[in-house]
Amino acid sequence: MAGIIRYGSYLPYFRLKRSLFGAGRGERTAASYDEDSVSMAVEAARDALRGAAVPDSLIFATTSPPYAEKLNAATICSALDLPGAIRSVELGSCSRMGLSGLLLGLDLAQGGGSTLVCAADVVVGAPGSSRESLGGDGAVAFLTGSNEDAIAILKGRACATTEVVDVWRLPEDQFVRQWEERFGADVLSPIMLDAIKRALDQAGVEPDELKTVVLDSANPRVTAAIPRALKLNKEQFANPLRDLVGRSGTANAGLLLACVLDHAVAGDLILLASAVDGCDVLLLEVTDNIDSGRPERSIERWLASKRDDLSYHNYLKWRGVMPFEPPRRPEPERPAAPASNRSEHWKMAFVGGRCQSCGDMNLPAQRVCVKCGAADQMREEPYADAIGRVATYTLDHLAYSLQPPVLAAVVDFDEGGRISCELTDVDPAQVDIGTILEMTFRRLYTGQGIHNYFWKARPKR
Amino acid sequence: MASNGIYDRVTIVGMGCTAFGERWDQSASDLLIDATNEAFASAGIEKEQVDAYWLGTARGYSGRALSEPLKIQYKPVTRVENMCATGSEAIRNAAYAVASGAYDLVMAVGVEKIKDYGFAGMAGILPPSDGTASTMSPPATFALLVPAYAKKFGVDEQTMKKVISRIAWKNHCNGANNPKAQYRSEVAMEKILESPRVAGAFGIFDCSGVSDGASAAVICRAEDAHRYTDKPIFIKALALAAGPGEGYASQDYDFTTFPEVVASAEDAYKQAGITNPREQISMAEVHDCFTATELVLMEDMGFSQRGEAWKDVLAGRFDSDGSQPINPDGGLKSFGHPIGASGLRMMYEMWLQLRGEAGQRQIVEPTLGLTHNLGGAPGSCVSFISIMGKE
Repeated sequence: MAGIIRYGSYLPYFRLKRSLFGAGRGERTAASYDEDSVSMAVEAARDALRGAAVPDSLIFATTSPPYAEKLNAATICSALDLPGAIRSVELGSCSRMGLSGLLLGLDLAQGGGSTLVCAADVVVGAPGSSRESLGGDGAVAFLTGSNEDAIAILKGRACATTEVVDVWRLPEDQFVRQWEERFGADVLSPIMLDAIKRALDQAGVEPDELKTVVLDSANPRVTAAIPRALKLNKEQFANPLRDLVGRSGTANAGLLLACVLDHAVAGDLILLASAVDGCDVLLLEVTDNIDSGRPERSIERWLASKRDDLSYHNYLKWRGVMPFEPPRRPEPERPAAPASNRSEHWKMAFVGGRCQSCGDMNLPAQRVCVKCGAADQMREEPYADAIGRVATYTLDHLAYSLQPPVLAAVVDFDEGGRISCELTDVDPAQVDIGTILEMTFRRLYTGQGIHNYFWKARPKR
Repeated sequence: MASNGIYDRVTIVGMGCTAFGERWDQSASDLLIDATNEAFASAGIEKEQVDAYWLGTARGYSGRALSEPLKIQYKPVTRVENMCATGSEAIRNAAYAVASGAYDLVMAVGVEKIKDYGFAGMAGILPPSDGTASTMSPPATFALLVPAYAKKFGVDEQTMKKVISRIAWKNHCNGANNPKAQYRSEVAMEKILESPRVAGAFGIFDCSGVSDGASAAVICRAEDAHRYTDKPIFIKALALAAGPGEGYASQDYDFTTFPEVVASAEDAYKQAGITNPREQISMAEVHDCFTATELVLMEDMGFSQRGEAWKDVLAGRFDSDGSQPINPDGGLKSFGHPIGASGLRMMYEMWLQLRGEAGQRQIVEPTLGLTHNLGGAPGSCVSFISIMGKE
């Protein structure tokens, strides 16, 4: 049997209130200026992998890839310090691909493999569009396997592929376009209903036996007719997180599933359906392992950790929608490919070196130990989960940043070692010497067409 | 071990310095020509008499940056660079060359043309990297000193701000008496206290001037000095210390000191036979790139006890009429900081003061002076110290 072994989710720290731009109630999540689909996927996957065996495949789905050509999944792989001998597959072009990826991961599990499936999106809509107001940013990750440790097993499934012009975007376009919603709904709704029925039939489950149903589509009208057709009642519907997150593209169905799993009990039947250019349906049954398989951070915990005073103009600036006055400082240099390659374990996975002579932690690993001077005595030590504290700090108004001032700090780690780095997801007023910090994978900047990924510290979320 | 020094073996016999500032009308070549012409004239020599040159510049490339504008005829010209201590590095290498006997008469020159870059500060020219190094701006790296110092020595935030503001106020007062300084007016304490923040506790008045400028020194062995001037100034010590970068890597470092400065001071005092710098050093030109740097330097160089410099600052000890004047020419703060020229500019003030030619800002009877030049930031830097005497 194939199932989900573990999962992890990620919601960015910032929220954009819809009232700021006259789009009604609630708020949407907004990736920070130093985040993208890759960095968010890494954050979700770190929770999914904590304590788990190393997967042999990685699937990444996004419609907002940081690189149009160059494997974004490889960046995720590297940041998670996964072995090089891993298969990786990247899915895109359609926001259904998150759920498609999960189904593919479960299919690979049938063959005995274990797969890390990540889906993440930064959803950008044209100013004034419903995609802008109802979209959200986030990431989710699932580890699939045939293991008896599965927290949920696949009971039924169905797929459909549909050629339709409903939601689309050209490679050179910044925003999606949409045909009249009613047309897409009329085409896709029957296809979605049919796929759901096929999955239910396969599992021998009646609609009223379902504990929770997650319905997802890029076109909100597509799902509208489904509940009535299946005679589902209100209690069966998963909270769509409309007023707290928004639809997070490829991550949406998975994030809603994560939210369901946060509270699920053994025996719960969960139906997931995502209808965009066709449909994927999964029917899952929660197992007894659920209580031991939950991640450190629940969706509720992510939701509670937030800053909701993001201004609309800063949001537009962060997303590259609105031009702005650049800092009067030299633009940062692109990271050099060979140098990045040499220091991959440090740069991407935050692996440091511990001196075997004196035990001091060197960040990054040095040939000659900073403490005792011993040469070539470093042993690599993963440090991404290390906890640190502010040794000293300063608010830098002059640093080159999309959102000055930058809060820079010298961070001392509890298990040894020191770095100086930027703090992110932080309210400067809340930081003092001694503030507890954790590391987070970020896109520092993009220089001459190369994204510079590295780690920053943030107050514990 | 340590350095043997060249106590009293080498002298400076001529100096020149351009006005520092936003010299929109002058290229680096113009600045070099003006500074070296003044130095040649000061030593009463012709260009052809100089045997070798050391050019300190952070952004000019190779000896050609000097040989081409001056049309130097096939002589050795060495370009040196050691971050903001570049100008001092030119003096140090030039002095050692004459001490060795390899040359008789040499020139150290420093120049920087910063204001053509088009933004605050200067573009880095770091080698290609993996992009993981801290991107803190220079004021931010030095601003780290403020909360660390305040916490360690129990100084409250308001008092700290007052202390660093007083350093800016003092150096502006000094610069007001200096016709070559970039900023030549006094600034009220209230204005300094309320200036817009740049990084941490630093407002714009806590930062040194960003400027263009050049400075030059003619150097020879002591026995030859009187051929060129009646009043040479004598090199008592030249010390340089480069750190291992421990501050950003080891939890032992607490951001209230520059270990590189402590090491270079110790070396310099040993070379010059100084046992009580607080009493023996008449005056100093120190690297006040930011106000808090000057504060910490006073302790690292032994001018104040640990944790006491802030009190000495408030008491006026380092004012031009205090018992140990610091930066009587206005320092980096008011004179300006054209990177490669600053170390030589400090020496230029030493030249004027020790010869009694500093005019309005003349210190009473200085006997020993110290210049201190720093490159880098707290946690990882190079520190240069010279001690100069009038006999």
